[in-house]
Amino acid sequence: MNFDVGLGQYYESDSVIHKLDPRTKLFFVIVYIVAIFVARDAYAFIPLACVLVFAVILSRVPIFTILRGLRALVFIVLFTAVLNVFWTSGTEASMIFQYTVIPDTWTITLYWEGLYNAGLLAARIICLLVCTTLFFSYTTTPIELTDGIETALSPLKKIKIPVHEFAMMMTIALRFIPTLIEETNKIMNAQKARGADFNNGGLIKKAKALIPIIIPLFVSAFRRADELATAMECRGYRGGNGRTRMKKLKMHLRDLFWFLIPVLLLAGVILINIYGNGYKL
Amino acid sequence: MSLPLIKLENVSFSYPESEGGDNSFAVKNLSLEINEGEFVAILGHNGSGKSTTAKLINMILAPNSGKIFVDGKDITHKDMSEDDVFEVRKKVGMVFQNPDNQIVATVVEEDVAFGPENLGVPSDEIRKRVDEALEIVNMSEYARHAPHRLSGGQKQRVAIAGTIAMKPRCIIFDESTAMLDPIGRKEVMNTILRLNKEEKITVVLITHYMNEAVLADRVVVMKSGELYLDGTPSQVFSEPEKLWQAGLEVPQSVELMHRLNTELGTKIPLGVYDFDTVAELIKNNI
Ligand SMILES: Nc1ncnc2c1ncn2[C@@H]1O[C@H](COP(=O)(O)OP(=O)(O)OP(=O)(O)O)[C@@H](O)[C@H]1O
Ligand SMILES: [Mg+2]
Repeated sequence: MNFDVGLGQYYESDSVIHKLDPRTKLFFVIVYIVAIFVARDAYAFIPLACVLVFAVILSRVPIFTILRGLRALVFIVLFTAVLNVFWTSGTEASMIFQYTVIPDTWTITLYWEGLYNAGLLAARIICLLVCTTLFFSYTTTPIELTDGIETALSPLKKIKIPVHEFAMMMTIALRFIPTLIEETNKIMNAQKARGADFNNGGLIKKAKALIPIIIPLFVSAFRRADELATAMECRGYRGGNGRTRMKKLKMHLRDLFWFLIPVLLLAGVILINIYGNGYKL
Repeated sequence: MSLPLIKLENVSFSYPESEGGDNSFAVKNLSLEINEGEFVAILGHNGSGKSTTAKLINMILAPNSGKIFVDGKDITHKDMSEDDVFEVRKKVGMVFQNPDNQIVATVVEEDVAFGPENLGVPSDEIRKRVDEALEIVNMSEYARHAPHRLSGGQKQRVAIAGTIAMKPRCIIFDESTAMLDPIGRKEVMNTILRLNKEEKITVVLITHYMNEAVLADRVVVMKSGELYLDGTPSQVFSEPEKLWQAGLEVPQSVELMHRLNTELGTKIPLGVYDFDTVAELIKNNI
């Protein structure tokens, strides 16, 4: 296990996209996702893709890096696409080919509609992934993101929702994930040195072999939590009240622009849905 | 003589979980004064109550009896408000043993900012303090790094920077070098010395390493929760038998001179000296 959650994805640069306020990014991504799911006309995907390509170019994150990030999800895209190809039925006229596997019980029929649907669904998933990874992980550090969420949701504090506490929990979780992964490795090696075998045997045996890892991990996590709480107290932590921030979030003119883009995009998508004459999903 | 920065008067404390009679006191009838600008090392065997004392000063724990004053203010007072506690934490910072368990944020500079943020310092001022603190511990170039990628010594220096940024009058180091390799330990010790000499921060160093303790102005030895010895390093280390009784070691040079005195009957005056002086003393006395 040698991976880096969240942090490793960040692509250091000082592009416009990096400098956007995290709240703007949150807004952008949410409206963009809505637009993706509202889009039913094939032509609606043209502006969706264009805006995304525009953002990717501005962010200076290499296309190659983004494609590599998608690699892990190729399977999901293919799977949904294949399902759609065979599960969509169309008209007699749009049939491409038919193959009878077992006479009278199982015939595979392929329609043009199936292909279109598969293509559009794949486009949806790809847009969704590229948009969220670009805005939330390649161009935003986890801390900016939690800050953004905390500030964006801060009105909820009035109705006693512990927004600050949730943001703090997220930060600490992000901070400790690498530490705990490292610790898991250490414990696994220690148990291996004592003859534990994690690779052989059936499912139950493997699950049982995990117990001597999970228990020490929990014990140590609780000890860490205890020490961390003491250290935080010593550093004057007493919840969100009266706390200031080193980096105050500030909206700039460019943020206005990136607020408008997804709104216009959504409007455009709705118009194309109504007036466009492309293939409808 | 000005008021001591920290003063303990007959302080006793026992953990509520522990049972038994007199022996259950983690700290017993302890009186101690620490003056502004001092560098005090606290030694003692495992379980002698060093960490407990530190936590009492920092109000993580409250004593069963006795009084503790920080900067002239009685912190054992019944109606200490949350703000008073806050004031104490602002004045006395603490750095612990495991650097992993005291770093909160995912970016070094964000972590250093954590303390001042809690204190409600304005943003620009925090930025300034963070940069200064990182400069003092020589970690400026790592400001934007992720803490889990740093070495132990570097992490510990980040933790120190996080405390300095709160501008405390005193920092208590509770075995802050214990988990480090020799290089990391040296880095951290140099930082601590610089804090004391250049930044004029009062330092309380809890340690098991004698070669760290000899660098202090004053050495306090605890034994089973009680104050056992208190003096300059030379005074304390010139009584090796007492230290051995307290379950401690003495610096090797002192042990060597002591052995020469007892086995050869020489009369080398015991104390803490640098290597050349030790060599000179031995040569002159044999
Ligand atoms: N959380 C606790 N609950 C109950 N007893 C404790 C607790 N922490 C420490 N003690 C007990 O209090 C006594 C003093 O412990 P303390 O941690 O202060 O010693 P120490 O001098 O710091 O030792 P070390 O050198 O091992 O760090 C010990 O006998 C210990 O067992
Ligand atoms: Mg201790």
